Amino acid sequence: RYSSFSRRQELDTLTKVHNPLIGTKTHPSRCPDNSAFKQQKLPAWKPQLTPATVLPSFFLTGAFCLAMGVCLILSANSVREIQFDYSDKCSDCSKLRENSSNWNKECHCSVNFTLKEDILGDVFMYYGLQNFYQNHRRYVISRSDAQLLGRNVNKSYCAPFTTYHNGTPMAPCGAIANSMFNDTIDLFYNLNSSAIQVPVLKTGNSWWTDKNVKFRNPKSYNLSSAFAGTARPPYWHKPVYLLDKEDERNNGYVNEDLIIWMRVSAFATFRNLYRRVKRIRQFADGLPAGNYTFRISYNFPVTKFKGRKHVILSTVAWSGGSNPFLGIAYVVSGTAATLTGFVITAIHLKLRKKKTFFQK
Amino acid sequence: KHRQQMCAGEEKRVGTRTVVVGHRPVSETDAYVAQKFCDNRIVSSKYTLWNFLPKNLFEQFRRIANFYFLIIFLVQVIVDTPTSPVTSGLPLFFVITVTAIKQGYEDWLRHRADNEVNKSNVFIVENAKQVQKESEKIKVGDIVEVKADETFPCDLIFLASSSIDGTCYVTTASLDGESNFKTHYAVRDTTVLCTDEAIDALTATIECEQPQPDLYKFVGRIIIYGSNQEPVARSLGPENLLLKGATLKNTKKIYGVAVYTGMETKMALNYQGKSQKRSAVEKSINAFLIVYLCILLSKATVCTTLKYVWQSNPFNDEPWYNEKTKKERDTFKVLRMFTDFLSFMVLFNFIIPVSMYVTVEMQKFLGSFFISWDKEMYDEEIKEGALVNTSDLNEELGQVEYVFTDKTGTLTENSMEFIECCIDGHKYKDCISEVDGFSQTDGPLKYYGKAEKSREELFLRALCLCHTVQIKEADQVDGLIGHPEHVGFLISSLVGGRYQLLHVLNFDPVRRRMSVIVRTTTGTLLLFCKGADSSIFPRVQQEEIQQTKVHVDRNAMDGYRTLCVAFKELTQKEYDKIDRQLNEAKMALQDREEKMAKVFEDAEADMHLIGATAVEDRLQEQSAETIEALHAAGMKVWVLTGDKMETAKSTCYACRLFQTSTELLELTAKMVGESERKEDRLHELLMEYHKKLIQDVPKNRGGLKRSWTLSQEYGLIIDGSTLSLILNPSQDSSPSNYKNIFLQICLKCTAVLCCRMAPLQKAQIVRMVKNTKGSPITLSIGDGANDVSMILEAHVGIGIKGKEGRQASRNSDYAVPKFKHLRKLLLAHGHLYYVRIAHLVQYFFYKNLCFILPQFLYQFFCGFSQQPLYDAAYLTMYNICFTSLPILAYSLLEQHINIDTLTSDPQLYMKVSDNAMLQWRPFLYWTFLGAFEGLVFFFGVYFLFQNSSLEDNGKVFGNWTFGTIVFTVLVFTVTLKLALDTRFWTWMNHFVIWGSLAFYVFFSFFWGGVIWPFLKQQRMYFVFAHMLTSVSTWLAIVLLIFISLFPEILLIVLKNIREKNHQVRNKMIRKAPDSLSARPSVRPLLLRTFSDESNVL
Repeated sequence: RYSSFSRRQELDTLTKVHNPLIGTKTHPSRCPDNSAFKQQKLPAWKPQLTPATVLPSFFLTGAFCLAMGVCLILSANSVREIQFDYSDKCSDCSKLRENSSNWNKECHCSVNFTLKEDILGDVFMYYGLQNFYQNHRRYVISRSDAQLLGRNVNKSYCAPFTTYHNGTPMAPCGAIANSMFNDTIDLFYNLNSSAIQVPVLKTGNSWWTDKNVKFRNPKSYNLSSAFAGTARPPYWHKPVYLLDKEDERNNGYVNEDLIIWMRVSAFATFRNLYRRVKRIRQFADGLPAGNYTFRISYNFPVTKFKGRKHVILSTVAWSGGSNPFLGIAYVVSGTAATLTGFVITAIHLKLRKKKTFFQK
Repeated sequence: KHRQQMCAGEEKRVGTRTVVVGHRPVSETDAYVAQKFCDNRIVSSKYTLWNFLPKNLFEQFRRIANFYFLIIFLVQVIVDTPTSPVTSGLPLFFVITVTAIKQGYEDWLRHRADNEVNKSNVFIVENAKQVQKESEKIKVGDIVEVKADETFPCDLIFLASSSIDGTCYVTTASLDGESNFKTHYAVRDTTVLCTDEAIDALTATIECEQPQPDLYKFVGRIIIYGSNQEPVARSLGPENLLLKGATLKNTKKIYGVAVYTGMETKMALNYQGKSQKRSAVEKSINAFLIVYLCILLSKATVCTTLKYVWQSNPFNDEPWYNEKTKKERDTFKVLRMFTDFLSFMVLFNFIIPVSMYVTVEMQKFLGSFFISWDKEMYDEEIKEGALVNTSDLNEELGQVEYVFTDKTGTLTENSMEFIECCIDGHKYKDCISEVDGFSQTDGPLKYYGKAEKSREELFLRALCLCHTVQIKEADQVDGLIGHPEHVGFLISSLVGGRYQLLHVLNFDPVRRRMSVIVRTTTGTLLLFCKGADSSIFPRVQQEEIQQTKVHVDRNAMDGYRTLCVAFKELTQKEYDKIDRQLNEAKMALQDREEKMAKVFEDAEADMHLIGATAVEDRLQEQSAETIEALHAAGMKVWVLTGDKMETAKSTCYACRLFQTSTELLELTAKMVGESERKEDRLHELLMEYHKKLIQDVPKNRGGLKRSWTLSQEYGLIIDGSTLSLILNPSQDSSPSNYKNIFLQICLKCTAVLCCRMAPLQKAQIVRMVKNTKGSPITLSIGDGANDVSMILEAHVGIGIKGKEGRQASRNSDYAVPKFKHLRKLLLAHGHLYYVRIAHLVQYFFYKNLCFILPQFLYQFFCGFSQQPLYDAAYLTMYNICFTSLPILAYSLLEQHINIDTLTSDPQLYMKVSDNAMLQWRPFLYWTFLGAFEGLVFFFGVYFLFQNSSLEDNGKVFGNWTFGTIVFTVLVFTVTLKLALDTRFWTWMNHFVIWGSLAFYVFFSFFWGGVIWPFLKQQRMYFVFAHMLTSVSTWLAIVLLIFISLFPEILLIVLKNIREKNHQVRNKMIRKAPDSLSARPSVRPLLLRTFSDESNVL
């Protein structure tokens, strides 16, 4: 028993005398109110799940689910997606990265592929990682949202990447920021033996609220001075204020690659939006058919933890990226609902026949 | 058990105390050591301002559940756990604070009440002067003056009053609810001392027993030291004791000396705790809790084990991107494993929710109001409705298997109507039933033969003198006064003679008779005795019995209560002896009543039987229908009465406890006989019945218990003496299994009548049944003081606010005005409360299982790192805000079956019998449902997240969105599941269910809409709003809710179809034989009683 509201034990008569609700004191008339609530006679809706009401809803739900499922499957099928696992494509690079002392040695790697058909519409470029436990608790909590808000923080929760031994704070601190995906991937369209770099957009890929509210650079007259007194995270090649030298609004903490990386994934296999194809010139309708090359600056080591990395080109439909699950689930449950509808109808009819038989 | 403890306590208090009146030493020479007594402060409060916090906290954390949550909280504070201490600390703090505030408030009320009593002004006579003092300053031995309409400040020995005859009137309404006036008598030798000076001159000591809680018992002795006489000793009884809490009425003022003060007054002793009854539901909750605790422990163990298995791979243990902290590296592995285990415990601890206890308590507390609010249980006559003394047992009302009921005042009205009398074997019967027979002796009384005039006169004299009637005096309008002699004089003047009352020995249920000794004007001494035939017949001349016995037996058969009247002439010598013995007995400090009874016992021998009266105690309205309904509801009704067998039997027929078809088995003194062979005879009878009922009956599985068996119904009649023979056999031949055999017989009978029961025997029977295998739920209902023991003993005690005072209703768990109200109380209220609370409990376990299961499953995908799936706010609020109110509203308002249907169709009660909704089967069903839904939630969203770009702009969702989607599906499913179960949608249900969902959405927007300065991480920032921009998420949420609820909907539909089918089929089958098998309704009483002889074995 938890806490006793039992009146007899809690209140003895001495109190009861003072409490007319409970009291033993006799009142001349204690006729209870005749209100609907007190007599438990409030007007109420008393639904009964009878076959008559349920059967139509079964069929309706079934029909809705089937229709929805078909739409979803169609839309999922309309999504074009191509995926390349490039973790072993350049075996020398992956070998190089296994030894962390080679961190400053550059390594480039190209992946060629051919598009048989045009990919029409907006084309998104993702990088995908496998077996990368971004959702590990130790990893998830190792960040400082206050720092990323541009505030001066004394206490941060970035262990084990808070400060260097000499006390210089890391900016941004924490394991998440430290392990930011740092491959650069460029896409080239090989047209008549000349490679045209596919124009891509670096911004507009993150949540608007993240970009504009949740991530702020510290205020100062320029960016590098804002980060004065801090040092880059140990695994970074460059300080945070040099993440995007070309675009001031995409630099520092508001760099979208950083922002996207900082939103940790739900599972160990995940993809993050990297770039969008800018729809100009010959790419106005998307990616035309032809030969393409990914030129990748291979920095991010994955073989050390038996992971894989991918580069993905995908379009999206109204339902998002390619994922047949929702469509199939709708179709299956629609079918199930309809079938049970039929079964129940059968049972119902059979029983009704019996009923009439009895009544005879 | 409780009673035994009480008794033990009483024994300890044996001993006497000496009180010196007015603190004046009796003589200077006596070295008098003052006994130390407690002061007159009433302390009903538990706490003081200083010890409130520690004491209250200590008491709260002594409860096992609170302690568990405290441990979890401490673990969270000390160990680095995935959820912040706030998540469990906040609810715990809330609960503790609310409870503390409630208890503090109640204690404050008690303090106030105490103060009011303790600080009230009283007048104490000191040195012949009145001194005004605060009540708490009264010491034992103080002489206190009390004026009219004041309450006695402590237990006083009544010394003198303003009225010359030394009496005062008192009402004890606040003590036992009896509002009539009672007369108390001053000590005979001090009645004259009615001024301050006179009373101050009194030198006396009082010896009395140590305080004991019985309000109606007191023995003591006062020794008065006159100035130059021998000390006089006078006996003191309850009539000399004025109890604290009672009020002085119709008397200007009285003087009394304090004997018991403060916490030793009878009032204070009476309000010290009663044993607490616990309901079967609570036991079920505890069993389920253990299951869930096991689930919790195994989940934590599985996760911890797998974590270390998983980490044995160095790629997983510490990949380059996720280095261990220094602290983690430094701790020992065993310690780390232990903390990991604790962390998992903390992560999954929400599976056992604090809020369940709060909700259950709230449900019980608030729900019980519906009983006292019920207009149908309001009685116009006494102007009162039902009273709920405890809210802990509401649901137990829906689980009753055995009903033990008193007869007089419970089944019957307890208002006696004169039917007939017989004098010397001649019958006098009244034609007009509702007239006072006495006043019309010569009028319309029809007589069949006539006795001698003198015998008639004697008979009437006996009736006029032998009573303790209280009459209402014309000049005293505001109350009833006990005034026995007065009536005696009044009526006896009619008969033509004056009598002086010498001694009275009141009626008591053990002796079953009362006697008076009077002196006529001519100086003749007469003893009149009236009582039950069984106690009178052995004490009169045997040759006189026969002619009266015929009448008495006939009357008893007709269901009337009979009273035999006898008298005896005493010689002066005999009287002197009796008088001396009685006075001796009255002076005795201990066992006074027994001694007095003994004297009368000796005096009441060789009397002459004059005649007998028969009065009818009418059945209460609808008591027969109620008993029939209880039977139909599968309850077994036992009547436990002090009445004689024949009367009780005919009442049982009248109220349809026994049907004409019921075969009666008798175990009575008559059957067993009187001789030494009675044990053998009893043995034979027992074996015979046992054979008949148990061995010969073909074993039809499950059909015997609680069902309409078409086979023979049996009824058992047993009386007190046989029962004591069975329970406490004199020789130890083979006694112990008598009880077993007897019990087996009893349990096979649909109705049992126990007559000639002493109060304690009633409790014994209840205890016996209560402790049988399967421990059935018992209910006792009674109206008198003699039922208190069984009311306290049974699982549920119900008092009738009847004519025999308030003791029964004061000691009961519920009090109703009439027996018929039992029907609605059990069939409607009990049933509903049970269904409500059972559903509440199951639902709570269910909703927390599907709450925590996804979090458990998530561990398999996050490297067993204790990463919580939901945000801390959601973890905390889930049980407190999002899902608590709908279930509370459901558990207060639900009526899955209409109240009227429940009341009119008793068989519905059997649907919930044997704790049906909290058995392992339904529990497993709910658990599987919870597990299924948990799996659907998690894996549904898991597959959806195979591609985390769910918007049409290619942006991706992270782990918090994942958790939020799962949580949204969870909240909606769990709430809609309750909506599916709700069969009674009042506006409150609508408000609370849709309101909760709306609140969840609103809260999520709000929580995600602000950067909270006090948070470590802004993980939920715009997560919910962003989630809702994705069409896929919407579709997934809808689909998953549907899939989760689909099996449930399907099941309900199938069940409905099957039920309807059953109903139709039953209707078809029943239709034909229904008209034939209609149970015989009320038949004329006489017919039944005559024919029933053939049914007796």
